[in-house]
Amino acid sequence: MFDLTGKTALVTGATGGIGEGIARALHERGATVTLSGTRAEKLEALAADLGERVHIRAANLSDREAVDALVPAAEGAMGGLDILVNNAGITRDNIFMRMKDEEWDQVMEVDLTSAFRLTRAAIKGMMRRRYGRIIGITSVVGVTGNPGQANYAAAKAGMIGMTKSIAREVASRNITANAIAPGFIETAMTDALNDKQRESILQSVPAARLGTTLDIAAAAVYLASEEAGYVTGQTLHINGGMAMI
Amino acid sequence: MSDIADRVKKIVVEHLGVDTDKVKDNASFIDDLGADSLDTVELVMAFEEEFGVEIPDDAAETILTVGDAVQFLEKNAG
Repeated sequence: MFDLTGKTALVTGATGGIGEGIARALHERGATVTLSGTRAEKLEALAADLGERVHIRAANLSDREAVDALVPAAEGAMGGLDILVNNAGITRDNIFMRMKDEEWDQVMEVDLTSAFRLTRAAIKGMMRRRYGRIIGITSVVGVTGNPGQANYAAAKAGMIGMTKSIAREVASRNITANAIAPGFIETAMTDALNDKQRESILQSVPAARLGTTLDIAAAAVYLASEEAGYVTGQTLHINGGMAMI
Repeated sequence: MSDIADRVKKIVVEHLGVDTDKVKDNASFIDDLGADSLDTVELVMAFEEEFGVEIPDDAAETILTVGDAVQFLEKNAG
């Protein structure tokens, strides 16, 4: 089950912890992958580590021209695109009353608008080939909210609504659209927390540990697989039980 | 009937699964042939492939009937 041999995938934000985990897992299951991220050196190192069936393309997703070039490049390199993982995301935290327009706009642009543009570009080929798996990496805070993250939570909630709408539009064409909502996952983002913050987070997590990138990657493999063809418009929460929705 | 019209009608019959005799020039894809909005997008994609042309979104939006498609392609397909 969950064999991705012969499938092609584009993963954005592949130089981040979760993105790299997803990229590795899809590749391990046999997919050919195109990896995108802002850090070219990190992409090259990752590609060298993975070996065959890997293409890389550095792109800054706040640049719309770079966004629009990404799907055609991936399709060109791999001969098609079956699986799109919209994983790239940034945070610009601030309490709501002080939130700057730039902080709002930057997060919307990278976390939501780029996912819209990439999916719009990818879906045409998926319609033609009658196969597609669109996966958005959202966040538990898109559903629960989080102080200091009104912009991020809005973008992530937006991704869930977008995913459901896409799912309804293209379900009859064997294209699914789903979201994965991680809770607290061990990445560079959570490494920055101090012990006190970490402890207070763990108190809200019944599993009493942070999640790993593998916890998220496993879900991405499942949603990308042929076997998940009847799952669409869903948000899979992977958070150790911290929010049961 | 032109060659282009024949090919257009064949695509419409195949994609929408309708009887050939229903695919008249003035037949509307949505109102007469039972297409939904996604079908119309797919038809345009099929025309693009068959005739090797790109049909921009604003042109695609004006292609509502079989005749519209034939007319557009007669003008634009090489």
